[in-house]
Amino acid sequence: MKTAVIVFPGSNCDRDIAVALERVTGAKPDMVWHGDSALPDGVGLVAVPGGFSYGDYLRSGAIAARSPIMRAVVEAADNGLPVLGICNGFQVLTEAGLLPGALMRNEGLNFVCRPASLTVENAQSAFTSRYTAGETITIPVAHHDGNYFADADTLDRLEGEGRVAFRYAGAVNGSARGIAGVLNAGGNVLGMMPHPERRIEAAHGGDDGRRLFEGLLETVGA
Amino acid sequence: MKLRIFVTLKPGVLDPQGKAIHKALDNLGFAGVNDVRQGKLIELDVADQTDDAQIDAMCRQLLANTVIENYRVERA
Repeated sequence: MKTAVIVFPGSNCDRDIAVALERVTGAKPDMVWHGDSALPDGVGLVAVPGGFSYGDYLRSGAIAARSPIMRAVVEAADNGLPVLGICNGFQVLTEAGLLPGALMRNEGLNFVCRPASLTVENAQSAFTSRYTAGETITIPVAHHDGNYFADADTLDRLEGEGRVAFRYAGAVNGSARGIAGVLNAGGNVLGMMPHPERRIEAAHGGDDGRRLFEGLLETVGA
Repeated sequence: MKLRIFVTLKPGVLDPQGKAIHKALDNLGFAGVNDVRQGKLIELDVADQTDDAQIDAMCRQLLANTVIENYRVERA
């Protein structure tokens, strides 16, 4: 499967996700600069990485979401292309309107950087097919603005439609209903604050994140 | 034309930064502070012919995230 990683000024997990994608798919992803206006041909997955795009100026992800490449990413996502946003990438996808809600400053104001226990809520999506619903997995978090917010109607709709992919098993950042990752209505866009790319082999302390990429490879392309 | 755009969190949206400021004011001994909410002030210098619809579009598309924030425009 051919993959692409979007690189913004201030991205810092772009190389981590590139390594994870290469380990699982066997091919190096195309690194796509934010100023480009088109995605490479034949891409089966776009990853929007973690980091501090544009220094988190204005709001986390706000400036990156309005960059030229994001117009192409939004159009491709609307046409069903799988898009994975991790951490700052999740913030970018909400700011770009691909996912509902917003990510606010952590409730405790602290930058939270540690392994987090997550409950897999939806194991049917292209991203989560290698997990079991209700399973507890461990994936690291590292963020300051991970406190998911959406109004009660939106949260009810997300839960009713099975669009909460992951939930924190314990208190992490004050997220509404403990939400750690959400899917779009089409199920082809996932945003999550935890970093699966930092948990793909034993040397990382575990490989619970690897199954997300393996599942993607299996469901969206060989 | 100079504009001042005030971006504030919607009522009911938790503001941890405002809470921390509130606590610091309490610690300094300022009694009677009931609540603190932190927002942003963005100053723009725009062409005189910029109309309200354009200003509104700037606020909605970038300056405020209307999921969590309100905005108010003041002409200087």
